[in-house]
Amino acid sequence: MAAAGHSPLAQFEIKTLIPLQVGQTDVSFTNSALFMTATVILVTMVMVLGMRKRALVPGRWQSVAELSYEFVANLLRDTVGNEGRKYFPFVFTLFMFILFGNMLGMIPYSFTFTSHIIVTFALALVVFLGVTVLGFVKHGMHFFSFFVPPGVSVILWPLMIPIELISYLSRPISLAVRLFANLTAGHTMLKVFAGFVVSLGIVGGVLPLAFVVALTGLELLIAFLQAYVFTILTCFYINDAIHLH
Amino acid sequence: MTDEKKPASLQEFDAKLRQARDAADKSGGRTEPESDGRGGLGFAMRIGVELVASLIIGVAIGYFLDQWLGTKPWLMLLGFVLGSVAGFLGVYRAANGLGQTVGYRHGEQKSNEENGSDGQDR
Repeated sequence: MAAAGHSPLAQFEIKTLIPLQVGQTDVSFTNSALFMTATVILVTMVMVLGMRKRALVPGRWQSVAELSYEFVANLLRDTVGNEGRKYFPFVFTLFMFILFGNMLGMIPYSFTFTSHIIVTFALALVVFLGVTVLGFVKHGMHFFSFFVPPGVSVILWPLMIPIELISYLSRPISLAVRLFANLTAGHTMLKVFAGFVVSLGIVGGVLPLAFVVALTGLELLIAFLQAYVFTILTCFYINDAIHLH
Repeated sequence: MTDEKKPASLQEFDAKLRQARDAADKSGGRTEPESDGRGGLGFAMRIGVELVASLIIGVAIGYFLDQWLGTKPWLMLLGFVLGSVAGFLGVYRAANGLGQTVGYRHGEQKSNEENGSDGQDR
């Protein structure tokens, strides 16, 4: 392919925009941070400005805001029930942040911050710790019965408890890896096929170009779907913490 | 006065709203999950990572316990086995719509036993 700087992975590079240093830690403002800020501003704008008119018959913009609200609200109600309403702001923020981050990443030359595992892992860890604390607050020490499957004889406990513990601890990993892997793989694949267009020239490049167009559509779907999956799993976890078993 | 008509319709609306809320409350607010393609594809996305994540955690726990206790390979191997079992269990649960809860039945069934037949899949 072309020069070394045009590797399909070059798009994931973190570039420091404003170097900052606090003590020993590097807190530079990077392109990743820039896009996170852009996402937050964009989500706020869509929600605040979209709902400014408060029309009874919503316009296009207001429809987007209302649809996304209803989508997440229904998701939360279907999985958690009415007790879940308290956690709607958190779940909604999470969904919009990931969705807009993914969608911003679909714009050519932009940066996808959800394609970095540290970002997705931080998000997953917030969910995991939050849900665990919620479980303890709701049930106290009874929360530990979470790791003991009901209807299993005491003889099997030494086997079952480690398994359940591992399965519980794997939650943040599976949450983080799922989002990260899908986004990274998708974007890399797009770049690889786009590279074929260049190297095959005008005649042979038509086929990979068609492929890139199709893949872009697929990536848009995945961008939404991964935000959806992250959100619905968060809902499941909240449900588990509230209702135990 | 047009004011007389307004409260009547509002009350009507209020009653309807209450009725709808009561219906929703009966199932704890949960409604039947829609089974369109979105749910299916989202589900498919979940299942692969489920297997690997538990394995990673199991091996990691075993590895660090080994480092700490100086029992070099054994706890890691145990962690590997337990992790893979937990991974398969996770896939089994997801595939049967058991949610993420511990145990082998639906998380909500214990809290509201009376409508045990619905909520078959989530």
